Amino acid sequence: MIRVSEEPFDPGAELTAFERAADGAGAVASFTGKVRARAASGAVNTLYLEHYPGLTEKSIAAIEAEARERWALEHVNIIHRIGRLNPGDPIVMVCVSSAHRRDAFEAADFLMDYLKTEALFWKKEITSGDEAWIEPRDQDYQDAARWRKEK
Amino acid sequence: MARILFFGKLGDLAGGRAREMALPADACNVAGLIAAIRESDVVLADALEEISVRAVVNEEMARADTAITDQDEIAFLPPVSGG
Repeated sequence: MIRVSEEPFDPGAELTAFERAADGAGAVASFTGKVRARAASGAVNTLYLEHYPGLTEKSIAAIEAEARERWALEHVNIIHRIGRLNPGDPIVMVCVSSAHRRDAFEAADFLMDYLKTEALFWKKEITSGDEAWIEPRDQDYQDAARWRKEK
Repeated sequence: MARILFFGKLGDLAGGRAREMALPADACNVAGLIAAIRESDVVLADALEEISVRAVVNEEMARADTAITDQDEIAFLPPVSGG
């Protein structure tokens, strides 16, 4: 399930629902990304996320398809917020189920690395008196590149 | 009218995320579209030509020489930043 929405979500409720849907799987891994309280500049951090309706969902589906080729996965949920977000808000959540833990751990890690660098989102950081569009850090690209070297 | 979409910082530069535009006769591909935009907005055209900006025509990845018509949706995508 892929969901891109302006609606806030509750990671606990999402995980509970996922575990119910994934009943029978031996392993469930999840990751939640949240808005950091403070920007690099030190100011209070508000984010605005933009997407390309339709194509953004397709870009996420392509990332999920690649994960399914690499690991033996059962259920996959990817939730991503758009619009305006405040410090502490969950921004992204991936849930993965598989028969064994290694597939679930690695696939969740892979999905997050690729969501950072491949999925079609644009993020603006708004601090008191300033706003700036964020581009991936070199570290984000290096994280995504790990998967190309290993496999 | 072609529909032109600008995302992220490009939307701020363009003064809006979407624009309806009648393509000039010589704007038959993505490069021609940028040239047409350049006539009224050099700063935006320069930004569209940055190496990191990808063009998409009707939701398919495009290049400078990808053909376009007045029925198409052309989007310009700066580097993404999700998660």
